[in-house]
Amino acid sequence: MKAIVNVSLKAGVLDSQGKAVHHALDSLHFEGVKDVRVGKQIILQLDESDKEKAMQDVTKMCEELLANTVIEDYDIELV
Amino acid sequence: MKVSIIQFPGTNCERDTEYAFQKLGAQTEIIWHKEETLPQDTDLLVVAGGFSYGDYLRSGAIAKFSPIMKAVVAYANKGGKVLGICNGFQVLTEARLLPGALKRNEGLHFISKHHTLKVQNSDNDFLRKLSNDDVVNIPIAHHDGNYYIDDAGLQELQSNGQILLTYCDAQGNESNPNGSVASIAGVCNKEKNVFGLMPHPERAMEAILGSDDGVKMLQGFLESC
Repeated sequence: MKAIVNVSLKAGVLDSQGKAVHHALDSLHFEGVKDVRVGKQIILQLDESDKEKAMQDVTKMCEELLANTVIEDYDIELV
Repeated sequence: MKVSIIQFPGTNCERDTEYAFQKLGAQTEIIWHKEETLPQDTDLLVVAGGFSYGDYLRSGAIAKFSPIMKAVVAYANKGGKVLGICNGFQVLTEARLLPGALKRNEGLHFISKHHTLKVQNSDNDFLRKLSNDDVVNIPIAHHDGNYYIDDAGLQELQSNGQILLTYCDAQGNESNPNGSVASIAGVCNKEKNVFGLMPHPERAMEAILGSDDGVKMLQGFLESC
């Protein structure tokens, strides 16, 4: 099984990289972009075949290492 | 006085830190991160600056799981004095020994220059040789120095006197180089035994190299041990 973890800054925490990308898109005349948030994606190949167990494990990984929950949110997709 | 200095792979300020504390008359020892115990006679533990584990994932995120960190956390929880400088500050926030987190600088640039700092709270073992509102000139060199804490956390820092230093101009007026909440450059924990700051006092030990204001800062520890 594969777990795709998306980590991004929490809503309300200023995302300077997102702001810079937004500004660059504006200067390229891509109009209609309301907001840009930049995050990172971490892809894990897992041995586990039980979805529930995999979700538990990856949640623990996010809480302990993959995200800093003081400033970041994460979401997990199992495929 | 004995100062133990933690070195992770990628740490690069451990020699400067040794030099600074030796100049003040302290004994020093560099401790490799694979060690599991600290020297028993440690009076001050310094987590030195640099780029532990190449800053991969987040600055300080991987270092917090190094073998030595269990001993660092135990030492801090026992009331031992701990100082984290730059990457060391990032490691201590990741390890939750200090509140808040360090984000990418607001302007996205790596900033390397001298910056003036204002002393906010000198009533602690670190800044005891200085007075509130003193201005010191100390180098900063970081990419992820943008201190973040939520509103409730900031109020707690303020009411407990945990804000050590803020960025200012030469006259002491607030001047923020990296977007830090409340221009914060350094904080301590509630118990006032764990200290962290982004600027490098160990690089300000010789007037001929631009500033020796680091002497007054680090000396506080020598008098408290």
